[in-house]
Amino acid sequence: MVGVNEVKWTPTLIELARKPDYFLPGHRMCAGCAAPVIVKLTLKALPDPDNVVVVNATGCLEVASTIYPYTSWKRPWIHNAFENAAATASGVEAAFKALKAKGVWKGDLPTVVVFGGDGGTYDIGLQSLSGALERGHKLIYVLYDNEAYMNTGIQRCSSTPQYAATTTTPAGRVIPGKPEWKKPIGFIVAAHHNVYVATVNPYFWADFVKKIRAAAEYEGPAFIHAISVCPRGWRHESKLTMTISRLATETCLHPLWEFDPETREYRITDRSLYIAKHPDKKVPVEEYLKLQGRFRHLFKPVRRDHLIKEIQEKVDKEWEYLLRLAGFK
Amino acid sequence: MSGAELRKWNEVPIAGVPWKFSTEYKTGDWRSERPVIDHGKCTKCLFCYIYCPEMAIKVHWTSDGSKPEKVEVDYNFCKGCGICANVCPMKAINMELERR
Amino acid sequence: MVAEQVEMLLNGDFAVAWAWKHVEPDVVAAFPITPQTLIVEKFSEFVANGEVRTQFVSVESEHSAISAMVGAAAAGARAATATAANGLQLMHEILYIVSSMRLPVMLGVANRAVSGPINIHCDHTDAMGQRDAGWIMIFTEDAQEAYDTTIQAFKIAENPEILLPIMVNLDGFLISHTAMNVKVFKDPKVVKDFVGETRPVPKIKLMGEEVELSLNPRNPIPVTFGPFAYYDYYFEFKRQQIEAMKKVPDVVERVNDEYYEISGRKYGNGRVVPWNVDDADIVAVVMGSAAGTMRYVARKYRERGVKIGILRVRMFRPFPWRDLQELLRGKEVVAVFDRTQDQGVMGGPLFLETLAALYYLDDRPRNVVNYVFGLGGRDFPPELVEKVFDELIRIKDGKEKPFVKKYVGVRE
Repeated sequence: MVGVNEVKWTPTLIELARKPDYFLPGHRMCAGCAAPVIVKLTLKALPDPDNVVVVNATGCLEVASTIYPYTSWKRPWIHNAFENAAATASGVEAAFKALKAKGVWKGDLPTVVVFGGDGGTYDIGLQSLSGALERGHKLIYVLYDNEAYMNTGIQRCSSTPQYAATTTTPAGRVIPGKPEWKKPIGFIVAAHHNVYVATVNPYFWADFVKKIRAAAEYEGPAFIHAISVCPRGWRHESKLTMTISRLATETCLHPLWEFDPETREYRITDRSLYIAKHPDKKVPVEEYLKLQGRFRHLFKPVRRDHLIKEIQEKVDKEWEYLLRLAGFK
Repeated sequence: MSGAELRKWNEVPIAGVPWKFSTEYKTGDWRSERPVIDHGKCTKCLFCYIYCPEMAIKVHWTSDGSKPEKVEVDYNFCKGCGICANVCPMKAINMELERR
Repeated sequence: MVAEQVEMLLNGDFAVAWAWKHVEPDVVAAFPITPQTLIVEKFSEFVANGEVRTQFVSVESEHSAISAMVGAAAAGARAATATAANGLQLMHEILYIVSSMRLPVMLGVANRAVSGPINIHCDHTDAMGQRDAGWIMIFTEDAQEAYDTTIQAFKIAENPEILLPIMVNLDGFLISHTAMNVKVFKDPKVVKDFVGETRPVPKIKLMGEEVELSLNPRNPIPVTFGPFAYYDYYFEFKRQQIEAMKKVPDVVERVNDEYYEISGRKYGNGRVVPWNVDDADIVAVVMGSAAGTMRYVARKYRERGVKIGILRVRMFRPFPWRDLQELLRGKEVVAVFDRTQDQGVMGGPLFLETLAALYYLDDRPRNVVNYVFGLGGRDFPPELVEKVFDELIRIKDGKEKPFVKKYVGVRE
């Protein structure tokens, strides 16, 4: 068994706060960006945070944390290019294995953690990711998913949710934002069968850090899909970041689950498990959509009930599918 | 931009390796609103700490190091996003207009 | 002292694989592409049989191969890969990143024409597309040189004054698949002693501490590789690379000499390999296996009293312009042979750079002409070389008008 139930650790905020920060202030991510919280939680959750190498795909996080001559990384860190973070990490992992075999590196192998945005993971980096997973490199790939190419100015990605307006899928008179549904990256990765897969939400920090711990304890590759709220691209007040993050899970748009590569089981966790057991606690998607400017055209100048209804029905269907996978139906 | 004096090519490490931590770069001047903690209401639950994207919530610990004694905002880095005020269950953080 | 060697029947690809075996890089990541495939196949055998401790990463593309090289070399490992043609084009983006991070990666290229149409045979277009990527580029002439140069490559690239990646080129099929008796060191320890048992990881000064230029988590100050550098510093990093590149010619010569000590073999001064150039009126400048064919033909012309010489350019990057100035000054006819597509330009890259070097001489050669040959594996047999040499003799004798560029071996 691999997963949160196997993790013998009950994290507390006091414990997490006492751990040093390996991601430093002075970075230049936008105010209210959730990505730094994702990085902070990931690095604090690792069992041996001193023995870590971080690989970062091109993206907001990479750019805004290493504007020369400054770096926000108090751990060794490498950025190569956009589409090859997983391949780069493969090389890092293989290198330490070889150096250990030759006696140059002594002690435990470093944990290789990758941070990639949705563009670098769902789209341009999918091949490199799939290759690295298939080869079974021991790495923890953390996808921070802000659902568009935010670094270049909010362009459509295969991760962008349906009917969200981006700068390349604007809400037009004919086409109301992105026409297609979001690509199910977690299931695609889980289909590799040797990967521990988990969705996380920084709002649900306890579930988040336990899943990182579970990933670190698993001997093979792990893929962590974090929803990463982006005030700039989602068009909302920065103070609402964690509210919207919470709603992403409570509406079941970003349910919390994990895939156990040993038992091949899907398990629903934390808040989503509570909703699975208490279906009346599931929040209508409208509560989530209406807070964000990228969905404003669904409400103004006239309310487009049929589009909101369409999203709700698809979310319900996806959630039902997950419940079936996890043995609830 | 570097914001520092510009060095010659032979005065910086090779391979483009940065030579300063970003803690030397203060992002506090981005702020238009400043979070102010009402220490009378604060229960030191640390929600603000864990959700702050700027690592700008400073925790002072009791002498035995077991409990948080006081929580403070590091205005050197706080960008004024307001997440802390919004997540605070005690409504102990107010966002006040920044006056410079 | 020359170390004991044994002769093996090896083609160029196997020769590279044997060099890797003797160097035993920490990480090899590669993707198959003709005519490079035999390198990774042979090396995989060594891995599968436990003859090397190398981590062999069988990646899903050349892009990932070179990307894994970046990760591995940044981690402090000795890293090597090989490719050809379209695979090299796919690596293109990352080649610049490797050199900018000052990672001494070794890349073997079995030179092949670039699609399209798709073609698997030799020309140098693949490598020439990478000539501004900040890599050291060496072109070999046969399997023996491919073995020798692969070993030398690690020592050149890893030199603390250099720290640049290096590309070792061998003509697809003409070298890669052509077997010859290759002398290899009997005891791999000779090679290990030559290049060092492990890669010497350079040290840099960071925030007052001396740290390894690597991803070593035990560094007192962790290293950030590949940051975001604006217009305020990007240029300075390019300037650093240029400075390192300037030091390459001397290091290549030194390593060539040191290798001679252990092997008894050397390749000119490491940068250029002249054959009867000093007294020649006519000099053919060429890279790769064609030099052998040319020498074969030139020998007969020499017997007839024609003063013809062959100058093989071995190191294309950095371009050995000083050597060319030295060797080509005052010649009657210099003919530069490019095995590269040259669309929309005055001549091929070897020609243009030679021409540029010669411009600064007071006693420039009287005629400099360019031949483009052998594209897509088009044969360049002795009969064709003879035709070209006869033409050069006529130009020298004033019986034929000189020209800028001609194509050899294409049906006109």
